[in-house]
Amino acid sequence: MPELMQFLLSGVTVGAVYALVALGFTIIYNASDVVNFAQGEFVMLGGMITVFAHMAGLPLPLSALIAVGATAAFGVALNKLAIEPARGAPVVSLIIITIGASIFIRGATQLVFDKQIHRFPAISGDDPIHVLGATILPQSLWIIAGAVAIFIGLWLFFTRTLIGRAVLATSNNRLAAQLVGINTNWIMTLSFAVSAAIGAIAGVLVTPVTMIGYDFGISLALKGFAAAMLGGMGNPKGAFAGGILLGLIEALTAGYISSQYKDAAAFIIILAVLFAMPQGLFGKKSTDRV
Amino acid sequence: MKLIHKFALGAMTAMAFAATPVLAEIRLGATVSETGPAAFLGDPEAKTLKLLVEKINAAGGLNGEKIELFLYDDGGDPNKARTFATRLVEDDEVQAIIGGTTTGTTMSIIPVAEEAKIPFISLAGAIEIVKPVKEWVFKTPHTDRMACEKIFTDMKKQGYTKIGLISGTDGFGASMRKQCLDVVASYGIEIVGDESYGPQDADMTPQLTNLKGKPGIQAIMNPGFGQGPSIVTRNYAQLGITLPFYQSHGVASNGFIDLAGKKAAEGVRLPGTALLVESILADSDPQKPVVAAYVADYKAKYNIAPTTFGGYAHDALAIYADAVKRAGSTEPKAVRDAIEATKGLIGTTGIVTMSKDDHLGLDLSAFRMLEIRDGGWKLAE
Repeated sequence: MPELMQFLLSGVTVGAVYALVALGFTIIYNASDVVNFAQGEFVMLGGMITVFAHMAGLPLPLSALIAVGATAAFGVALNKLAIEPARGAPVVSLIIITIGASIFIRGATQLVFDKQIHRFPAISGDDPIHVLGATILPQSLWIIAGAVAIFIGLWLFFTRTLIGRAVLATSNNRLAAQLVGINTNWIMTLSFAVSAAIGAIAGVLVTPVTMIGYDFGISLALKGFAAAMLGGMGNPKGAFAGGILLGLIEALTAGYISSQYKDAAAFIIILAVLFAMPQGLFGKKSTDRV
Repeated sequence: MKLIHKFALGAMTAMAFAATPVLAEIRLGATVSETGPAAFLGDPEAKTLKLLVEKINAAGGLNGEKIELFLYDDGGDPNKARTFATRLVEDDEVQAIIGGTTTGTTMSIIPVAEEAKIPFISLAGAIEIVKPVKEWVFKTPHTDRMACEKIFTDMKKQGYTKIGLISGTDGFGASMRKQCLDVVASYGIEIVGDESYGPQDADMTPQLTNLKGKPGIQAIMNPGFGQGPSIVTRNYAQLGITLPFYQSHGVASNGFIDLAGKKAAEGVRLPGTALLVESILADSDPQKPVVAAYVADYKAKYNIAPTTFGGYAHDALAIYADAVKRAGSTEPKAVRDAIEATKGLIGTTGIVTMSKDDHLGLDLSAFRMLEIRDGGWKLAE
């Protein structure tokens, strides 16, 4: 029994990391149908900038704030300098641009900061909390809380606010959105800023658990992307559920079958789900008007 | 007009030639991975080579001849490493090559050096580089197998016979796991649990929970590299596992203690080199002066402490310099024979004694068994 509990807690810990990253994909995808492959780099920047601001002597909360602000600014710059000039290009071209941006950010980070692995102290220390014979780190609870908070925030944003609806409208039909008076350029800029900020918050929260280095973004983004696909791209509920589910599958496979097959099991289940439900668990059916 | 142009060009070329200092007589080639995924290995290696060549030249060179270093950055790409090795041989006409930061780049340099018949001293770990012995190929880092043997020797001394293994699936972890499984039986130790984790995983508590539950388990060992072992060490403390815990030489650096945390890393044992524990070596230790001088020079020039990997480059250059001095020439064949006859050369990784059948020249004494105490290193023997 304590074993099962430990596997579940581990699954939730890892799953919350995936969910946090997956949530970051949501806004840009909703605004433009673009899967932003630089999302992992936003997470990495969030962690790295915090590390270096903290090393420069700033208190941790301030460093984290600076990191989130700076990364949001990077998001805006990415949109203004790379995505907006390619306006009108097909979605695939825009996705390729984001891949290029991710390579650029990685290279620049390695030059500006360094190539080492870093970490900063957890928010409430490293003493594990005991639950039914198993343990969980306080930082994992912070990650889960962060994922839940961002999930609720995004859900309210898309369903309750005018701007959120404007984002969805821009995604549905850019021309029609412009016709009803939505500034679609501004919406795009906003969505990059918010996505980057969410990524950076994820980076700040996960660094005490996963550590951070200039090339950590790729693997985080890959798992986050898989989680988002599993849950349904563009849906905050899907991103959250997909992340936790992916983490649980991995932990239970590692615990009961073999740690060798952990990743394989996760991806087989993702394939199976996508085969039966191509839109993911919570994705909406796409309808195209002819 | 054109004629004048040509004259001007000719004159400039002549001036450029005149401006070049007299060519150094020892032409030493190097290709290391200063950038790219292996940059944290190659960067200190490149720094070390530049530093030591400068130092040797300032002291008058070898046998009165200065060294000219041709250093390329292959970015960890075996294709580029091969191109640069060819360039070193054909264009730069070097008399020896040092380099090959990773096993991959080393393997692609070997055929070039063998064909050109010049000595090549590799800085990479795999045992395949010198086994079977190749006429012109040598290497300085100890092998994964030796790290396994060192750890098992210590376990045997402590009386542990049933151990668990948790290894990373990255190249380093997978290779070391294989080497360890190969030699473990000869130490009378049984592996009762064999778990793995991905190099970028965030939590290894399920694997550790399973290991902890194995009946009769006495110790756990973690071959791995990068952040994985730090996370495993943190999870170890989180689960409150009290079994003795062994890490590999892959994380033998101060960075590991920082990442894993002082508290979690307390009591962890691992095999490391003298370089890592320079400050606590006994004054009578034969490696002390060599290591201390290297650390002091490196710190003076780059403001940071050198790593084990920089030490590999230090030893490669020391072996070459020693061989050139003993051979009394830089003729590749004579130097090769002299390198093979290296005896009792004190390096940062160990004391090197090569032979016809051993182009590595280190034994288990090259490793020190270290234990982490109060966030620092203690010699455990």
